[in-house]
Amino acid sequence: MKTTFLMMLFALLWAGSPVKEGYEIGDTAADFKLKNVDGKMVSLADFKNAKGFIVVFDCNTCPYSKAYNERIIALNKKYASLGFPVIAINPNDPTQSRGDSFDEMVKEAKKKGYNFPYLVDESQSVAKSFGATNTPHAFVLTKELKVAYIGAIDDSARKPQEATKHYVEDAVNALLTGKPVTTTKVKAIGCGIKWKNA
Amino acid sequence: MRPLILFFLLCSSSVFSQSVESVKLVDLQKIIQATGDRVLVINFWATWCAPCIKEIPYFEKLNTDDKNAEVILVSMDYDLDPNTDKVNRFVTRKKIKSRVLVLTENDPNSWIDKIDKRWSGALPATLVVNRKTGKRELTQGELGEGELEKLIAKVKNQ
Repeated sequence: MKTTFLMMLFALLWAGSPVKEGYEIGDTAADFKLKNVDGKMVSLADFKNAKGFIVVFDCNTCPYSKAYNERIIALNKKYASLGFPVIAINPNDPTQSRGDSFDEMVKEAKKKGYNFPYLVDESQSVAKSFGATNTPHAFVLTKELKVAYIGAIDDSARKPQEATKHYVEDAVNALLTGKPVTTTKVKAIGCGIKWKNA
Repeated sequence: MRPLILFFLLCSSSVFSQSVESVKLVDLQKIIQATGDRVLVINFWATWCAPCIKEIPYFEKLNTDDKNAEVILVSMDYDLDPNTDKVNRFVTRKKIKSRVLVLTENDPNSWIDKIDKRWSGALPATLVVNRKTGKRELTQGELGEGELEKLIAKVKNQ
């Protein structure tokens, strides 16, 4: 009886608390199923041998995405074979950002020779559940989809050679060697995700 | 010879008619924390940011229409391009009347929270502060018609 009451109280309190969108460090991310530029549906569960993931919310049009484009390709080149593939997701509403339409994504992936998925988050629900705000916005996940790092790829958007901290690489390296990730959240200036008008 | 001199004079006057101030974080913090009677409206923008440019007319209108509002447009262009010429040219071309600052700081992670903890760093973002009470509102993303006025009303309410 007492436990039922406590459970009800808990449920009430739970319902009363504001809904928090977005993952925090240590949360388990929900898998998703999104359309890739090759037309196939992709889920994280498809990567049977992955030791984790570098999920990057990205787009075609943002100058920050352009500045980081080569670095994102390089991340996949370096870490996919080590078990941490890049999964790029474009959440932008193409009615507000025409250059982010599915057709343009297909063209961009072809032009840049993406050898990682570039998925369209048409409903924007994946970006919302992750709590992505910018492009590019990186999330490093463990094999069990625990969120280990959220934020910028490094500390110099302007020039890769001026970067002194390589946050995503450091996080993946730590996970690969079984060490704790030291820097877990890093903010950056970037393009706000183009959300659909409510 | 004469037309040439005239040409140069015209050029220089158009160059110096607008001024964009470069500021450091401490300067910006002082501006945000200063007390007074007006409502401070800071818009964080960049010349490359399309939704930012779309909403600039709202700030320009507020700047001319509302004497009780102190409007400042803070450019974040420096993060991608340390040469501020582009911002100067933009301000001149668009004939922007509001005060324009360029924040010239590296490593945004070290200062975004010092401007506002709620800010993700995404552009555009708008910070409205009631200088009398210190009450502040931050909004992220492009403002729609009438939203700026709502934010100002919100910080004015006790």
